[in-house]
Amino acid sequence: MIAAAPIATPAVDLWAIAPIIALVATGVGLVLIRALLRRNPAVTAVCFSVAVVGLLVAAGLLARQWHRVRDDGPIVSLADMVRVDPFAVFLGIVVVAATLAGLLLSYAYLRREELEAPEYFALLLLSAAGMLMMTTANDLVVVFVALEVLSIPLYVLVAFDRRRLRSQEAGLKYFVLGAFSSAVFLYGIALVYGATGTTSLSGIATFLAGNTLFEQTTLLVGLGLLLVGLGFKVAAVPFHMWTPDVYQGAPTPVTAFMAAATKAAAFAAILRIVLTAFPQYRDDWRPILWVLAALSMLVGAIAALAQNDVKRTLAYSSIAHAGYILMGVYAATSRGREAALLYLLVYAFMAIGAFAIVMIAAPGSDDAKHSYDDYRGLAVRRPVLGGLLIFFVLAQAGVPLTSGFVGKLELFGSVAQAGETSDYVLLVIGVLSAVIAFAFYLRIAWTLVTAPDDDTAVAEAYSTRPRRVDGWTGIVLAGAAALTLVVGVLPGTFIHFARDAVFF
Amino acid sequence: MTLAALEITSSYYLVLAAMVFTIGAVGVLTRRNVLVMFMCVELMLNAVNLSFVAFARALDDVTGQVIVFFVLVVAAAEVAVGLAIIVAIFRRRRHATADDLLALRG
Repeated sequence: MIAAAPIATPAVDLWAIAPIIALVATGVGLVLIRALLRRNPAVTAVCFSVAVVGLLVAAGLLARQWHRVRDDGPIVSLADMVRVDPFAVFLGIVVVAATLAGLLLSYAYLRREELEAPEYFALLLLSAAGMLMMTTANDLVVVFVALEVLSIPLYVLVAFDRRRLRSQEAGLKYFVLGAFSSAVFLYGIALVYGATGTTSLSGIATFLAGNTLFEQTTLLVGLGLLLVGLGFKVAAVPFHMWTPDVYQGAPTPVTAFMAAATKAAAFAAILRIVLTAFPQYRDDWRPILWVLAALSMLVGAIAALAQNDVKRTLAYSSIAHAGYILMGVYAATSRGREAALLYLLVYAFMAIGAFAIVMIAAPGSDDAKHSYDDYRGLAVRRPVLGGLLIFFVLAQAGVPLTSGFVGKLELFGSVAQAGETSDYVLLVIGVLSAVIAFAFYLRIAWTLVTAPDDDTAVAEAYSTRPRRVDGWTGIVLAGAAALTLVVGVLPGTFIHFARDAVFF
Repeated sequence: MTLAALEITSSYYLVLAAMVFTIGAVGVLTRRNVLVMFMCVELMLNAVNLSFVAFARALDDVTGQVIVFFVLVVAAAEVAVGLAIIVAIFRRRRHATADDLLALRG
């Protein structure tokens, strides 16, 4: 007879995971509301309001967590699997802000594209819950589950536009490559587990600090596969193939959400894995990150030059931005971490702002016309919209007095600080990439201010009634523009915010 | 050589898992039929499961076996969503080959 041994259950600190619970509960609640109000015409409006309230609750909980973890130190709970520290809360705030922006943008968009389905809001919140889980994950298995919880709703969201084949193809493409990269990531976990006997990030670090491995191959291959898997999610070259297609095909609010929030969550995982679990293997993972950063910056900027589609150009620019942020990870110092965090925050808002304009400005009703010709003369026809898009692309280019400038300065500074030859080479590549990127950002700006060449195009552009900017989109645009400007003019507060957040 | 000398150790399973994983990975990258690509992803996931179990046995630690359950659940959820997307495309196009997805090239 087998003796019934008591099972030790881990202590659960619900406070630590309260924001995640809020998002999951709201997401599941939305599905329920949807089922109960099936025939009610107000169902979308009700679900939208509930989703906004759920996100605001999560934001409030994160704000309270911020003060608590900053003053009393990190909360570690659930058998060491969840670690709520300033780093996690900072990126959690970025994720929730980006989700809120994506949600507000979606409301008018879904109505316009006749895609009204409350499930959309539920999927958005569940994906955000996965991202929050990822920022707090202190165990490779939790990182994997979080990766899937954030990805699976995203596959559906990308393919959400059922009238547009491109959207579904983008969803399929994202799904196949996403599933492939998760499998690669998972194999990395298996090899690291085999080499160290644990999947806990702090456990791996303790093990590696106390033991010398007889053979390192298993561990190093595992670490490499982990970086490949996450490289897919942040869209680092050479794992970026899906990015332009998916960003272009996805409904534009989803693209904005992906560019801002997914990046923040995936970088949270990268930073935590390499810095918490593998500090002893710095010399092994830093060259990998060097190559990823250099390739992403160069390929992203150069490929963007050759595009004829504004949405695709912004997708390539997001690849280049992933490269800039990787520079901060590569620096592997607290200054680099601070710069990466700050850049994730400012990039989120620059990207959301730019994609929000793309969402409004495209002519036609099927979210498919984004070529440069479609945007020609936008700043003349609609000075506010065109001006804002110029402002956001110039911010992405890193023009002084915008947040992009401050962010890039911090990142380049963090790499220069280390002062080895390879650091300077990376720095030169970064500056080169920024210069090349300037060309296509200026091309977008130039397109916006020049009038169309032939008269028919002008007549056509003026004959279509300008699309009204609804209140929610206006709020998002105003918020993104204000933040981009304020960080650029008065960076002090935000740099301090990021500096407080570097602690694991 | 006696049969006893041919004891199967966990490294056999690890090598098998590595081979199956490679077959799956190559399959995803080279096959054009989306359903076959799905199957290859499943092959990769199950190869990983096999390595987890083998490592769990070698390390005499139950964690690896527990992870397998997580992976199974996640794989099921993933396939459900993937097939739904395929069905949505198939309703419009009657075939599902990666080469036919021309709308997004380049």
